Amino acid sequence: MAKYLLLKHYRGAPTPVNDVPMERWTEEEIAAHMQYMHNFAARLEGTGEFVDGQALSPEGTFVRYDGEGRPPVTDGPFAETKDLIAGWMVIDVDSYDRAVELAGELSAAPGAGGKPIHEWLEVRPFLTAPPTVTE
Amino acid sequence: MDEHRLRALTPSVIGALVRRGADFAAAEDAVQDALVEAVRLWATEPPRDPKGWLVTVAWRKFLDAARADASRRRREELVEEQPAPGPGASVDDTLQLYFLCAHPSLTPASAVALTLRAVGGLTTRQIAQAYLVPEATMAQRISRAKRTVSDVRFDEPGDVATVLRVLYLVFNEGYSGELDLAAEAIRLTRQLAAVIDHEEVAGLLALMLLHHARRSARTRPDHSLVPLAQQDRKLWDTRLIAEGVEILQTALARDRIGEFQAQAAIAALHADARTAEETDWVQVVEWYDELVGLTDSPVVRLNRAVAVGEADGPRAGLAALADLDPALPRHAAVAAYLHERDGDVATAARLYAEAARQASNLQERDHLTRQAARLNADPRGSG
Repeated sequence: MAKYLLLKHYRGAPTPVNDVPMERWTEEEIAAHMQYMHNFAARLEGTGEFVDGQALSPEGTFVRYDGEGRPPVTDGPFAETKDLIAGWMVIDVDSYDRAVELAGELSAAPGAGGKPIHEWLEVRPFLTAPPTVTE
Repeated sequence: MDEHRLRALTPSVIGALVRRGADFAAAEDAVQDALVEAVRLWATEPPRDPKGWLVTVAWRKFLDAARADASRRRREELVEEQPAPGPGASVDDTLQLYFLCAHPSLTPASAVALTLRAVGGLTTRQIAQAYLVPEATMAQRISRAKRTVSDVRFDEPGDVATVLRVLYLVFNEGYSGELDLAAEAIRLTRQLAAVIDHEEVAGLLALMLLHHARRSARTRPDHSLVPLAQQDRKLWDTRLIAEGVEILQTALARDRIGEFQAQAAIAALHADARTAEETDWVQVVEWYDELVGLTDSPVVRLNRAVAVGEADGPRAGLAALADLDPALPRHAAVAAYLHERDGDVATAARLYAEAARQASNLQERDHLTRQAARLNADPRGSG
């Protein structure tokens, strides 16, 4: 088994096929999209492949250390940030092929006009613990 | 009675329920419930006959569950008519349970989960923590696995090779959570070796013991990896090594070689060497040749190239590497090592950095990054 992160981008991924911003969808279309995501997660829990999933607010703050005894410096949000993560799902599956298959299904979530968004999801393997037998 | 001895009773208790007429899935659930009760009660009131106690309590749990399910009324009548069980053939039950939990219709992850629960007697929560997934996910994985094997007859003959692959997977998962999966795999393999006389079961057990013996030498306190050549061999567990070598020798004497015996033989040659320099690399290469013949695995060929590099020099190792697909995991790491030994420090540094980017685990990535940094800091490679 191996864990993979499926990353959903607000920005930074190639343009989806059905590229209409969510605020231009009908309320029913938004509800259908949410239901699809919810059902997808529930189905993966049922197959024993779900680990975690969260959506993220697009508003973020950059924070950095500013020296001993000083409060951290904050900056942003930067409107021009190229890569912006909308949310993620962690799955635990038998193979890379299965991870790609599931990402493909997640990308079929309905968007404007009730048609699949065909958005690009980024599939990233987790680094694991080292195996016991190495030679 | 400690937890390990309690859990060791699990397979034979499940077997006893199945022979009384319970189906496997329900029997397994009932035994889990009985184990929870045993942990709670036995600390103050240990029973005289632990297995008898577990069978009685698990059977009652099974009947309760069957009664609670009105739609299963017919089966309830059936089970209540069952006569009291005769003396138990628990050795066969244990073996059958291993076969069932490693059934070829299961995916590797399902077989691992089901084996740890039904043969190992671990709770779903313990298994979920060990594999770093939510308990609900692991519960579903286990119940799906039970459904998958629900039509398999309990006494159907199985293939020991599928069981060994599952146990090897558990062992190789190593140590991630509270539960020591390597130790659990050793316990389950010992238990298997006690119920079936098979040279590859012995080979796998020897392999596990010989690797487990090196455990405390394998990582530094900061969890970074120590390569075999640099390990402090005084930290190796000589008792486990002696046991592993003895089991392996007995298995090899039967002259029915298999891949686990061959892997264990390589581990035993490393265990035999008091220092890395004393390693009998010529024999290690011979065992890799044997393994290539048995498995034809590209990963084995890759490890063989390292051994050839030690036995016949880095040029020979690089020649052995030349035939292999560069996309193989750890190919760049092996190439980096051989190039460094060959004195080509610049190529080695570049390949170590490439290998670090491809590493599938954090400790290995850190190790490889440090190798690249070491060579970049001292391009003559004397460091």
